Amino acid sequence: MLLIYCPYCQEERSELEFRGAGDAHIARPTNIADISDEQFEEFFFLRDNPKGLIFERWRHQHGCGRFFNAARDTISDKFIMTYKAGEPKPDIGTAAAPHAPVETYEQLEGEAK
Amino acid sequence: MSAANRIAGKGRLTPAKTARFTFDGKTYTALEGDTVASALIANNIHLVGRSFKYHRPRGILSAGAEEPNALIDVSRDAARKQPNVRATVQEVFDGMIVESQNRFPSLSFDIGGINNLLSPFFAAGFYYKTFMWPKAAWKSLYEPIIRRAAGLGVAPKEADPDHYAGRYAHCDVLVVGAGVAGLSAALAAAQTGAKVILCDEQADVGGALRYDSGVTIDGLSGYEWAQKTVAALKAMDNVQVLTRTTAFGYYNHNFVGLAERVTDHVANPSRHLPRERLWQLRAKRVILANGAIERHMVFPNNDRPGIMLASAARMYLNQYGVAVGQKVGVYTAHDSAYEAAFDLKRAGVEIAAIVDCRQTPGADVLAEARSLGIDVLAGQSVVNTSGKLRISSMTVARNGGGSPRKIAVDALLVSAGWTPSVHLFSQSRGKVKFEPETQRFLPGTYAQDCLSVGACNGTDDLQRTIEESLAAGELMAQAAGKASAGKISISAEQAHQWTGGMIGAAEGAGPETSAKAFIDFQHDVCAKDIRLAVREGMHSIEHIKRFTTNGMASDQGKLSNMHGLAIAAEMLGKEIPQVGLTTFRAPYTPVTYGTLIAHSRGDLFDPTRKTPLHQWEEAQGAVFEDVGNWKRAWFYPRAGETMHQAVARECKTARDVAGVFDASTLGKIEVVGPDAAEFMNLMYTNAWDTLKPGKCRYGIMTRDDGFVYDDGVVGRLADDRFHVTTTTGGAPRVLNHMEDYLQTEFPHLKVWLTSVTEQWAVIAVQGPKAREIIAPLVEGVDISNEAFPHMSVAECTVMGVPSRLFRVSFTGETGFEINVPADYGQSVLEAVWANAEPLGACVYGTETMHVLRAEKGYIIVGQDTDGTVTPDDAGLNWAVSKKKTDFVGIRGLKRPDLVKEGRKQLVGLVTKDPSLVLEEGAQVVANPNEPKPMTMLGHVTSSYWSENLGKSIAFALVAGGRKRMGETLYVPMPDKTIAVEVTDMVFFDKEGGRING
Repeated sequence: MLLIYCPYCQEERSELEFRGAGDAHIARPTNIADISDEQFEEFFFLRDNPKGLIFERWRHQHGCGRFFNAARDTISDKFIMTYKAGEPKPDIGTAAAPHAPVETYEQLEGEAK
Repeated sequence: MSAANRIAGKGRLTPAKTARFTFDGKTYTALEGDTVASALIANNIHLVGRSFKYHRPRGILSAGAEEPNALIDVSRDAARKQPNVRATVQEVFDGMIVESQNRFPSLSFDIGGINNLLSPFFAAGFYYKTFMWPKAAWKSLYEPIIRRAAGLGVAPKEADPDHYAGRYAHCDVLVVGAGVAGLSAALAAAQTGAKVILCDEQADVGGALRYDSGVTIDGLSGYEWAQKTVAALKAMDNVQVLTRTTAFGYYNHNFVGLAERVTDHVANPSRHLPRERLWQLRAKRVILANGAIERHMVFPNNDRPGIMLASAARMYLNQYGVAVGQKVGVYTAHDSAYEAAFDLKRAGVEIAAIVDCRQTPGADVLAEARSLGIDVLAGQSVVNTSGKLRISSMTVARNGGGSPRKIAVDALLVSAGWTPSVHLFSQSRGKVKFEPETQRFLPGTYAQDCLSVGACNGTDDLQRTIEESLAAGELMAQAAGKASAGKISISAEQAHQWTGGMIGAAEGAGPETSAKAFIDFQHDVCAKDIRLAVREGMHSIEHIKRFTTNGMASDQGKLSNMHGLAIAAEMLGKEIPQVGLTTFRAPYTPVTYGTLIAHSRGDLFDPTRKTPLHQWEEAQGAVFEDVGNWKRAWFYPRAGETMHQAVARECKTARDVAGVFDASTLGKIEVVGPDAAEFMNLMYTNAWDTLKPGKCRYGIMTRDDGFVYDDGVVGRLADDRFHVTTTTGGAPRVLNHMEDYLQTEFPHLKVWLTSVTEQWAVIAVQGPKAREIIAPLVEGVDISNEAFPHMSVAECTVMGVPSRLFRVSFTGETGFEINVPADYGQSVLEAVWANAEPLGACVYGTETMHVLRAEKGYIIVGQDTDGTVTPDDAGLNWAVSKKKTDFVGIRGLKRPDLVKEGRKQLVGLVTKDPSLVLEEGAQVVANPNEPKPMTMLGHVTSSYWSENLGKSIAFALVAGGRKRMGETLYVPMPDKTIAVEVTDMVFFDKEGGRING
């Protein structure tokens, strides 16, 4: 069960309190009535299914009720960061992972200190 | 002490504390603290079960959780009965009933044993080949036989009377395993003040220290040190020690599932105690001290009762005081098995010989064996065994084809070395790495905040294990935010250093033989089966596993995986890492459903929602139906009435006089704010800015794809306040849908959404006398038809209670819906009923509500629509604004497929024979004589008997339906074909005058 940091409550809470809400940063066109079929298909139906970094929406359903965005690694299931709805898509490089995999406990010693 | 194999002065059980149990109907005496396995061996019983496929006699192989053979049925009574319990884990309690499994008529004479003789026909993969022909035989012959033969044990027939509990917990450091590594790690973590939980699957802590008599730690025997250490840990406020507790699953973010067996070892458990308890634990850091599992040797007929792991024999001797035999042989590829011979020899048991397949055993143990006078046959192998129900001899030959000779034994201890338990590490998504020198997989790359220590980390040396564990304990506590509390120093000695080990088939079980050399005991997989799988083209270990079922039994291949892998690698001519390891999955050992479900069963399985009027409805004799989590009054039968009669009477009375109905479950959302009307314009297809305060409108909600999502009547109470109703089942998702758009797409709108479903009790009064019934109770509003016409709303008082009164109708009759605060619901209903009953009105339930609305052509979203229906398909295009420039669904509705000709449309159907009521879900066709598969035009969505019309009525979604008015279509049923006529959907009061009464 995942631990998710709610950017509104500003704490980690159990996945039980949240509900996934699909991909993030897909803006509904303000002129939606006028867009072409292709544009509507792109907006409503087409999604990437990346291996690795994904930007997605969550709702703190059984908490504050707010929708927010998260960057998550689909391989490790680790959250890289969460941020409030409406904030720009963050630029995440490889260095942004919470910490690199630990090979030995001696290696972790550095982190503990 | 009567038990034949107990050795006075050995073991740690108290001779005076006995417990009696039965095994296959015969009574035996055990000592308190015995496992079923140790008690049976004490009574000289090794034969405890029959194998799954060949029904071969099987004994006790291990002394721990890895046991594949000794699966038993344990019961207290007919209901408290559990199959497939491992005899090596289950403790004996007084009065326990134990039965062996998978045998008929008895354990010593089992008819299924014929499978052993027929085994050439049961080669690996035989399921996939044998039962292919003739095709017809599958259903009548093969499947019933396989079903009878498949499965281990027999499930109890009665419901489980025990209860189970669940607990959530958090800690700084979780230590899994209370052997020397786990105890050391817990000690170091605990002294920093960190909150530590230490769990172990056994009843007693110590792990290998329980049997390893050669260990000294800080001047104490290993076992004494473990007891002293755990006592010190238990005395600390920040430490919790959980024994009989298995960490069975390691999930995301250090979430670990523990199964605690609370009363399975108790003769008369308190009714207040749960049988088992599920711990859902979130640890900041986890230390894995799972230890290692000894492997068996793979050689011909290596499965006879009396053949067991060397460490198990030490456990039975040193912990339980039981000798596993009187003339014991040892067959090993690893030094550790020698110590079993030493312990037994010192306890007075004759050691027939130590057969070591290695040319040069460890010098240290070899010297000790000589000094004890034990015969060591190095460079030799056990190439066969004999003995029908228990081993009677081993056949030994020099490696490379020496002449075989028989040596009489009554037990044979085996060891091929040790497999580190990387199960939990692997479950945590850590990547294992292969160490070629020792031929084992060890923790490689960590994926979570955990560390492995001791034997499961490949650390063999005792002192090194302790130091590694102490360091890990301190480190993990620090990582969890605790300050260092200084170093702990512990010094330990072990009697002998161990070397050796092998994986794969031993002498005599090579590719040249067809001997049964078992790898997986529980699924009867032999070395030759793995080779067959490779020959038949299985090259991936995952395919080999499924083809042979190696490692797929309830022990999940704890003993067999490495052997199977090595044999496959040899056959494929590849290195072991190239063949790969199958994935370790939770649970580590079987967990009962009771534990996982805990309290969530029976009435507590799912929440039950009852309306504020529920008690009154019960008193009126309502029969309830489940609608989502709600209990809704379905119909109100009078004495002697069937459901059909009750519904017919309710339908008639509501139209002739009036009916009272509980509409409280309707979802209710209050939409408030200066931009409320603009928001409503975006969320619903209709226009809302034109709706005047005091008026209501029926609204359709679509998703952005244009399909109907929900509907309901919305009242505008003020410029900035809407009272929105939703379908009963749709309330939570509609609010979620609104919140989603409000927060993320239209955040500039000043609107607040509040769910008020539970705040209001809703009493619907419908029918010609509705006004007469409620008028005496209403104050503050003129409810005459002129002043308060259909689709009006007002805030007023009813019986002095602040109320929202709606003039709405879901029946086509003059109707009112009284909304009062939930707490006043029953009082107001009683007052309404006091006026209604004398006039001859009725109270009606959901079934009548469904019939009445269908008579009027009103749809129910979710019954008459299914997520592929547009407002136009449902005949509701009038509710879609043509003027608005935006609403959710505006673009979706223009998609080519949504506007094309021939879409399925909702229409009415009447049966040519008016007494026939169609089945909901039945298909509609144009030509019933068309060969199958027929062209299906659509299906029936709603269908009822209408007492008011004296005929059956239905709705159906039919392709091009509105252009088919008057056409005859057909509904084919298994026994007949029903002719129907397509009509419009309004069956009753087509002019609609009654609603304005």
